[in-house]
Amino acid sequence: MNVWLLALQEIRIGLRNRWVIATTLVLGALSLSLVLLGSAPTGEVKADSLAIVVVSLASLTIFLIPLIALLLSFDAIVGEQERGTLILLLSYPVARWQVVLGKVLGQTAILAFATVVGYGVAAAALWLRGEAGLESIGAFAMMVLSSIMLGATFVAIGCLASTLVRERATAAGLAVGAWLFFVLIYDTAVLGVLVADQGRIIGERALNVLLLLNPTDVYRLLNMTATESASIYSGMAGPGDAAALPIPVFMAALTAWMLAPLALAIIAFRRRSV
Amino acid sequence: MDPIARWAGVTRRYGKIVAVRDVELALPPGAATALVGHNGAGKTTLIKLLLGLIRPDAGEVRVAGADPAGSRGAEARRCLGFLPENVAFHGAMTGSELMAFYAHLKGQPSTRNAGLLEQVGIAHAADRRISTYSKGMRQRLGIAQALIGEPRLLLLDEPTSGLDPASRADVFQLIDRLRESGATVLVSTHALAEIEHHVDRIAIMHRGALVAAGTLDDLRRGAQAEVRLRLRVQRCHTGQVLERLPDGIHCVRRDDESLELVAPAATRMTLLRTLLAMEGIVLDVETSDVGLAQIYGRLVESIGESS
Repeated sequence: MNVWLLALQEIRIGLRNRWVIATTLVLGALSLSLVLLGSAPTGEVKADSLAIVVVSLASLTIFLIPLIALLLSFDAIVGEQERGTLILLLSYPVARWQVVLGKVLGQTAILAFATVVGYGVAAAALWLRGEAGLESIGAFAMMVLSSIMLGATFVAIGCLASTLVRERATAAGLAVGAWLFFVLIYDTAVLGVLVADQGRIIGERALNVLLLLNPTDVYRLLNMTATESASIYSGMAGPGDAAALPIPVFMAALTAWMLAPLALAIIAFRRRSV
Repeated sequence: MDPIARWAGVTRRYGKIVAVRDVELALPPGAATALVGHNGAGKTTLIKLLLGLIRPDAGEVRVAGADPAGSRGAEARRCLGFLPENVAFHGAMTGSELMAFYAHLKGQPSTRNAGLLEQVGIAHAADRRISTYSKGMRQRLGIAQALIGEPRLLLLDEPTSGLDPASRADVFQLIDRLRESGATVLVSTHALAEIEHHVDRIAIMHRGALVAAGTLDDLRRGAQAEVRLRLRVQRCHTGQVLERLPDGIHCVRRDDESLELVAPAATRMTLLRTLLAMEGIVLDVETSDVGLAQIYGRLVESIGESS
């Protein structure tokens, strides 16, 4: 009950300060521009445009959704404490885990709304032009769902950063660091290790594990290799590509990635003195 | 009767700083208690302990029989109303939206909120965003949310700081009304002179230690209180009056026609008899008891000397 109230309050604040409308517009504008301008790579061949859009949108999501999620959430606890509203909230009959969970749920809901509407616009545009195949609709739905899960993961990571530090600026720094690490540095580092290793120690299994240890990689693999059409358009298909894991493995990994930072944030918040 | 809230031998440190040291204090139900002391004396720390926002390093805290920082803490907080020092709200919300949110968190219907806003005098601004409120209006909204659900225990942390005199008077009036309604009130303040007539009991904090607690009369006795007398004397007879006064009485101000004396409270009657015997020379006597401010000053002074 309290979790629900806190999540609703978060959504209401998101509507008031125009976070909801801003993120929806950004995601909608980007996805629409991909649809309208993005026929260049395929020309007028009879390819399934939606499948291509899934791949392009997924590449975009990997950069954008974690960033938006972290921007939404890094302020969650430390910002309330700095403004002086946290002490009042905690004087009410709410438990601390409810505060963390409510905020993460509310912010994830904002992100989910923006993703469904923003990306949905693109799918609707293609559907109206008759360029959406039935199979690619499934891939699109999977992409939207996993985008929301990726968003929830980074909302929880931002919230964790927010519970760990004493100042907003530090939380912002941690959030930027998390983004750089997961989105840019990790893959480069893994690539570097693979090149140096030359396949001596790190085999296929080890590589799969390495990739599951980063939520953005889980998301990328899920959307670019898990379905046949996606793997063709993303250039991930080929005789040497036997590494793709089944979809449930990716989903389980993403779920774990949502829950782990959330649990840590709750633990950290319970130990925090306010 | 069992106290509704109790600190039992409570110590709380922040790093090396001891914010509260071995405090033993209880809030009897239905009484209004003032928690007074300088900034940094530990008043807010005591309140935070009561709310379960922080845990004591030693001793225990109880609210309605439960540990407020424990697993049943949320339940214990249901009977509390709290006004934080420098209360802040999310500016994008309106007054009535915020009240509805807080009422629901307390498991209360939001139907009585309009009445509460009326009671604190901001009903006209209920549908405006809080970012447009003045400091005084925010404070009033802070009081309104503390009153949601008719709490048995109200904690008001510096409720009058930064308010204009009219708003301060409203706050004191509210404290009086709460006392009459049977609620337990804890007011932390350093407006000593203003609070003394609005509370039943006083607890004085100094550098994290509870130095005195009780009714104002208890404290007067404990502090070896003094009375202050202002005399109007026949012109040029002040010296004569001073000569005939008993020992232990100080003259703090003197001019041709008047004297101001400070005497131990215990000698008040002897002194008055002496003065009456000088009828004709002493024209008028006005006595006043020392207030909370003087008691506090003297207590703090005596601690400063002993440490």
